[in-house]
Amino acid sequence: MKIGIMVSAGPYTHQANDSAYLFARAAIAKGHSVERVFFYHDGVNAANRLTEPPQDDRNVTARWSALAAEHKIDLVVCVAAALRRGIKDQILAPGFRISGLGQLIETGMKSDRLVVFGA
Amino acid sequence: MAEQAQGKKAGPKKFALVTRHAPHGTVYALEALEVVLIAATFDQDVSLVFLDDGVYALAKGQKTTGIEVKNFSPTFRALDDYDVNKLYVERESLQARGITADSLLVPVEVLDAKQIGELIAQQDVVLSF
Repeated sequence: MKIGIMVSAGPYTHQANDSAYLFARAAIAKGHSVERVFFYHDGVNAANRLTEPPQDDRNVTARWSALAAEHKIDLVVCVAAALRRGIKDQILAPGFRISGLGQLIETGMKSDRLVVFGA
Repeated sequence: MAEQAQGKKAGPKKFALVTRHAPHGTVYALEALEVVLIAATFDQDVSLVFLDDGVYALAKGQKTTGIEVKNFSPTFRALDDYDVNKLYVERESLQARGITADSLLVPVEVLDAKQIGELIAQQDVVLSF
């Protein structure tokens, strides 16, 4: 099954950002494909490569980047939400790109399921 | 926009945007409206559903100067220009708040909770805000 994901909650405050990642990983492990994750609202903060959690904590941004590199997942950050929060090209972590809401709608059109985390 | 063209071949899908939050206090009601407008430009079959405090998004007479944010409620009246005219409001949510459908900004269809459930079940994509 082709699965699209939307993440609208910020990392380290809400579990939704972690849950989206764990869901993506589990879905891929079960043989499904995850082609795009769309980050919206505070979810865009997951794209900030300047984030530096304590050593004994998971690194939300780094593990999204790693998953994207391994499975060719398109990590798209909503441009309006990102610019409001200072998320710009200069600070994007590997695998993330900034684009518009059209990418979310397109994901809904192309996927068998669009799964929403947060909001 | 090659990707967009490719997506369109599959034909329109049924998108429901569910607004559950009051229009101000959080950004969700505004963002749901943004998604509706984009979905409409992709020629998708778009429905808006208002539940819980989300019904306040359609309240007439909103004035936001005191909280210094944009009053986006007039945009609901422009939805018809985007061929978005499927607006559904849950009866129980209206009743719990003492609101009647004729006091809302735009014409809506009032459905009870069970009918809303059936409507949601018919959708291809449900985005809840």
